[in-house]
Formats: sequence, structure tokens, C-alpha cells
Amino acid sequence: MPEDQRDAEINRRIDENLRKVFQEQVEEDLPDRFKLLLDQLRKQDGDDGEDDQA
Amino acid sequence: MSDTDPREEIVEHLPALRAFAISLTRNGAMADDMVQDTIVKAWTKFDKFRPGTNLRAWLFTILRNTYYSNRRKTRREVADVDGIFSGNMAEKPAHDGHLQMAEFRTAFAQLPDEQRETLILVGASGFSYEEAADMCGVAVGTIKSRANRGRKRLAELMQLDEDEAMEMTDTVTVGVVSRNGASAF
Repeated sequence: MPEDQRDAEINRRIDENLRKVFQEQVEEDLPDRFKLLLDQLRKQDGDDGEDDQA
Repeated sequence: MSDTDPREEIVEHLPALRAFAISLTRNGAMADDMVQDTIVKAWTKFDKFRPGTNLRAWLFTILRNTYYSNRRKTRREVADVDGIFSGNMAEKPAHDGHLQMAEFRTAFAQLPDEQRETLILVGASGFSYEEAADMCGVAVGTIKSRANRGRKRLAELMQLDEDEAMEMTDTVTVGVVSRNGASAF
């Protein structure tokens, strides 16, 4: 196999693995803390910023 | 209160954002802290987001800027890595997909931050070289060279540059053989 063709094949396999590793992480369940954080942020907006003490 | 707050769209990108954070930090706890920071910044400074541009790219940019600014502050090049280098994977033949992926993750974790980041952006997340350059604040040529060096190093670590690796079947695609085993020379 010519060298550049071989390199392209190697890169293709590497990218395939990168996508697999990344996808596995994407599919993990999100920790609850992010849902709670978003609830807090929404609530803060609901207060209309009038009492920033919260 | 309007029907839909445009910021609600942030939620859809959280799994990818967290995956990016894990790849960048190689540490689950640090990754989650950075995702948390990013959510707060994005939510409270949403006026800085230009509508019609890529929201995922914007979120990734906030996260990586946070990461590099922390790295500068702590003057620490290498983050604490959770169990990435554990086990004796190199001594076992990689005849199954799980081992093979574990080997790949180990190799990937050894790359410098900038190369890991670039490969996740252009290799795994489907951003173009131009988008990645924009997100990282560098020239397109720099992104290309980081991607090339990163792929080359991974190929070396995985011994993909050996001819025999290319003859392996699909199940052992990233043909990993013992690092202690047959040398090419």
C-alpha cells in the first residue's frame, strides 16, 4: 500500500475511535447537579433580579 | 415570561459539552466543575451569544477558555488523571473491543492538551478546521498541524504504523499488540 494511502487509512481508523470514545461519553447520564443548577438559574431570573441577595 | 427562553437550548448541548470536558481534563470531577462554570457563564452572559451562530461551538469555547485560564493560574501542565494509566493493558492481546478502546483511551490521554482538544473538535465532534481555529483562537494551519501531530502520535502509541496492524480484521481495527512485544526493527 502506498504510504499516503496507508496514512489516510490510519487516520480514518483513529477518527473512528475518537468518535467512539467521544460518543460513549456523550451517552453517559448527566449528573443531577446540572438540572438543579438550571432550576436555580431559572428561578433567579423569575425573581427579576430585584433582590440580588438570593 | 416568554414561551421559550432561547437559553433553554443550552440543555441539549450538555452531554456533548460534558464529554468534551472529560476529554480535556481527563478527570470526571474537574470536568463536572467546568461544565457547571460554563452553564453559569453561558446563562448569565447569554447576551454575548450571537444568534444564528453555533451554540455548541460557543459553549465549547467558554469551557476551553475556562480550562486554559485555570491551567495558567495553577501552572500545572498535567491534570490529575483518574485511573487512566491503571492496569496492564499493554501486556494483554487486544482481541476484544473493550480492551482495544481502553488502549486507545490510554494513548489519547497521553497527548498534550492542545492536541487532545483539536482531535476532539475536528476528529470526534465534526467541527471544521476553520470552526476549531476560531474556537481555539489560533490560525487554521495551527489546528491542522495539531491534528496531524496528534494523529501521528496516536498511531505510534497504538503501533498502527506497523504493517502487520494493517492486515488485522475489523474487530481489532486499531491493532494493538503488546508494547513489550515484537519491535519493528
